Amino acid sequence: MTAEQLIYIMLLLPVLGAVGIAIVGRIENIQEAVTLATAVGLLVAVLALLEVVLAGGRPATGKFEIIQGVELYFAAEPLGMLFACVASSLWIINSIYSIGYMRGNNEPRQTSFYVCFAVAIAGAMGVSMAGNLFTLFLFYEILTLSTYPLVTHKGTDEARAGGRLYLLLLLGTSMALLLPAIIWTGVIAGTMDFVPGGILSGKISGVFVAVLLGLYMFGIGKAALMPVHFWLPAAMVAPTPVSALLHAVAVVKAGVFTVVKVIIYVFGYEFLASALDFNWLVYVAGFTIIAASLVALQQDNLKRRLAYSTVSQLSYVVMATAILAPISIMGAVLHIAAHAFGKITLFFAAGSIYTAAHKTEISQLNGIGRKMPWTMGAFAIAAISMIGLPPTAGFMSKWYMLMGAIQVEHYFAIGVIILSTLLNAGYFMPIVYNAFFKQPDSKKGKHDDHGEAPMPIVIALTATAIGTVLLFFFSGVPLELAQQVVGK
Amino acid sequence: MNFLFDAFAHFNYFITIFLMVSGLYIVVARGNMVKKLVGLSLFQTSVYLLYISPGKILGGTPPIIAEGFKTYANPLPHVLILTAIVVGVATLALGLALVVRINEAFGTIEEDELFAGDLDE
Amino acid sequence: MIEAQLPALQVIIPLFGAVLTALVRHDKASWGIALIVSLMMPVISFALLQQVLATETGIISYALGGWAPPLGIEYRIDLANAFILLLVSVMGALVMAYAPRSVTAEIGRDRASWFYTMYLLCLTGLLGIAITGDAFNIFVFLEVSSLATYVLIALGKDKRAVLSAYQYLIIGTIGATFYVIGIGLLYVMTGTLNLADIANRIGNIEQTRTVLAALAFLTVGISLKLALFPLHVWLPNAYAYAPSVATAFLASTATKVAVYLLLRIFFSVFGVALVFNTLPVSEILLTLSVAAMFGASIVAVFQSNVKRMLAYSSVAQIGYITLGIALANQTGLTGGIVHLFNHALIKGALFLSLGCLVYRMGIVKIEDMSGIGRRMPYTMAAFTVAGLSLIGVPGTVGFVSKWYLAQGAFENGLWWLVAAIMLSSLIAVVYIGRVIEVAYFRDVTAKPITPNRVPLEMLGVTWLLAAATIYFGIDTELTAGMASKAAEILLAGPK
Repeated sequence: MTAEQLIYIMLLLPVLGAVGIAIVGRIENIQEAVTLATAVGLLVAVLALLEVVLAGGRPATGKFEIIQGVELYFAAEPLGMLFACVASSLWIINSIYSIGYMRGNNEPRQTSFYVCFAVAIAGAMGVSMAGNLFTLFLFYEILTLSTYPLVTHKGTDEARAGGRLYLLLLLGTSMALLLPAIIWTGVIAGTMDFVPGGILSGKISGVFVAVLLGLYMFGIGKAALMPVHFWLPAAMVAPTPVSALLHAVAVVKAGVFTVVKVIIYVFGYEFLASALDFNWLVYVAGFTIIAASLVALQQDNLKRRLAYSTVSQLSYVVMATAILAPISIMGAVLHIAAHAFGKITLFFAAGSIYTAAHKTEISQLNGIGRKMPWTMGAFAIAAISMIGLPPTAGFMSKWYMLMGAIQVEHYFAIGVIILSTLLNAGYFMPIVYNAFFKQPDSKKGKHDDHGEAPMPIVIALTATAIGTVLLFFFSGVPLELAQQVVGK
Repeated sequence: MNFLFDAFAHFNYFITIFLMVSGLYIVVARGNMVKKLVGLSLFQTSVYLLYISPGKILGGTPPIIAEGFKTYANPLPHVLILTAIVVGVATLALGLALVVRINEAFGTIEEDELFAGDLDE
Repeated sequence: MIEAQLPALQVIIPLFGAVLTALVRHDKASWGIALIVSLMMPVISFALLQQVLATETGIISYALGGWAPPLGIEYRIDLANAFILLLVSVMGALVMAYAPRSVTAEIGRDRASWFYTMYLLCLTGLLGIAITGDAFNIFVFLEVSSLATYVLIALGKDKRAVLSAYQYLIIGTIGATFYVIGIGLLYVMTGTLNLADIANRIGNIEQTRTVLAALAFLTVGISLKLALFPLHVWLPNAYAYAPSVATAFLASTATKVAVYLLLRIFFSVFGVALVFNTLPVSEILLTLSVAAMFGASIVAVFQSNVKRMLAYSSVAQIGYITLGIALANQTGLTGGIVHLFNHALIKGALFLSLGCLVYRMGIVKIEDMSGIGRRMPYTMAAFTVAGLSLIGVPGTVGFVSKWYLAQGAFENGLWWLVAAIMLSSLIAVVYIGRVIEVAYFRDVTAKPITPNRVPLEMLGVTWLLAAATIYFGIDTELTAGMASKAAEILLAGPK
């Protein structure tokens, strides 16, 4: 089995899974079994390819020309491998969670749910393995289109409105900003391939660099840089497994992945550092971090608070990359993985609370920690990771980001990181405190007699919470990948 | 002076333009569907004149080959116009048939009455 | 031996087919004749394409009736019109395969044979326009196809169909007459009707007022047929109320042939130098195209009749095609020509899937389509795929066209135009998205649904076209390759 074949397997397996699920559709247990089997198979393939890449290999598939000068091809490299590993491992856990959630809440149209999920994962795999800008764009759009039905899943007016905003904003930014940026790059650089060190060196200068960077950064709507972030809170109308997928596994990670990929493999961070007169990106990202955290503080709806937290955390990655120092870029890469595990746990917990207790607002959560210890315990661990304290993965990524900022003496960035850490504590810690240390409200609600959530949900969130801690202790592989990305 | 002389010599072109413009005007300005078709026919007739007028070669005889004549008038425009007339007749016939059907379906052939109703949907 | 006569056969066979179906009044037999004729057409077109590719000069010249050009009528085929011939004949064949039950349902058994007669006449006309090299011959075929089109539209079920046909008749006849005036002026100045010959003789009289007036008349006349904004008024009603099969056929072919005509006049008769460098045609066409792209798309968003919405969408897409022409460079023109082909596929698939919906449920408004994604999943799936192509998602034909157009705009330094192309595609997201949202994410409508399933041939052809929009979006060698070569030939100018 060559590495090239592994890449194809990574792409085809989720698609075949989707087809399989569509065929066996109505039979309940079979469709989940197919999902899980596909997910496990995918992880195996990804891990096999990981070995090759860690050893320094950069396998690539053959080029398939679509239009003259526009090729479709795939190439594995460390950044993509990181994304692929995160996505495929979390898909398994998310599938387990989905089983519990969908059954626990008796959600309708489960088949289309699993099918769209599988297609979305295929899109994510395509994004991770893309060898040039066109291939990335193709799968980026597939990701948008396949997640739209997931967002609108509930079928209520709210869900439809949310779905509309989601689709319009993401397609809008990608078609109006990202595509012209890609065409522009192709025209001036003569190629659209991803090359370490970038393809634009010497081809563009002056204010055009900033403009092109802007087209890319705001065109990659999935990275939720303000002001193109509105789709993210709007997508909260989706069922929680979808939110978990969107906010940890596929969509937002594809966004920041693309941001890092473009900065490193299209511009080249050294070229960008020299060519960019005014590094506006750090300021925009920094602003997003703080503003989103402030908004999160004011949200009472748990999922909305988590949504704004995501916006903020994504801009950590953008800002750390924008600083253009190797160490902070490593931190950004690590944060892709760290935030994934942490955020998915948080969303799992939110869904678990909804499934078991039918509560959605934070003010209703007093004392719930006693009835749902596993859920809130996992929530607490993940919250610590978001804040960036040891022994969680979040601490590692934040450490590198801070070190990088200090190294280039970027005081704005340092300030932002410190301030936002405090803000994170401000909006996460009260939830944990209230859950464990406050008495539940005296009014008896309908669902106050409840225990933990169904077993699959509990398994899932425990797994990801443990994963967050494990990433701290066994950080070898992510660190190695991050180092290879910056080329040290 | 020269202009008047030219105008008189080229009077068929002036007629052509007059027919063309008045035909188009009727199509645009009149709301009755039959009248529109009349205007359309008028417009098409102007084109016949446009073709035939330059077909007459100054000093040319009718285009039948005969001894002693070297300059003939151009027969091609006439042939073209025969075709165009047939097309015009067919169009007019089709248009009138449509008007009959419209009258059957809507009860009127006045455009303002028709569009006052429910056309846009 | 028969290969030499193919150009004539391309036009004569459907003509006789039309006469035959008019004589045979039985609906199934008429359809049979129409189908056989329609299936022969792509074979002939393909053979002609092969001949063109095989010759050295890249041009086939056929003297009709043995009378030598420039006095006799010449059928002149190069790569540009071979492409168009292939497109029209293939779309005709597909639509005929789809047609029988849809036509019987919407038009009735007693009138069905008239439908096939008119369809064959329309096919004759369109193929004739594409194949002939004689200017007046074009007029004849233009009117043949137009008159047949008026009748096709009038056969629609809704009583507004006759009204739309009448409106189209008035506007279309004005357009054709303008064309004739233009040809007349050219004839007076050059003394010939053969397009190639006109191109030769027009050299030193190019800038005379008469010739410029001829160009103006020709352009406006053809633009009326092409539905270039703002001369598009006839199109929405015509497409909305005509029978589904007629709409699908017309949307894929009629306006495309008119575009081809414009290309011939601009590039092969007058030449790039006069039209685009000396005269401001490029700027005018550019402005009108952008106006079409935005204006028509926005109007489409507000339509409640789904066929009307797609009709306005067609006006917008024609704007893209003329944009490619206005750019007048190799990439831009390739984009325009390839979008000609791609849009035919897309709109064909969209209208045919609507035809399936009409067949089963009598759908007219978008609200009627509520929840239909669950009742008729295959049909809606085809609609969705074609809709994605319309938007221009990568991997579909729509993306290929937009790519070429954007590159062409870049090459001319028109940055704002690239933005305009992308933004107008976004509007397509809105109106297609609306339909998809209603179809998939709403409760099933109360409208009654007929128990019979969508016939296999209807679904099959629809799916074939929808799949083609994806296939040709990935393997673009046939379409973009040929479009590119055609653009080269056209830009090279008159020979």
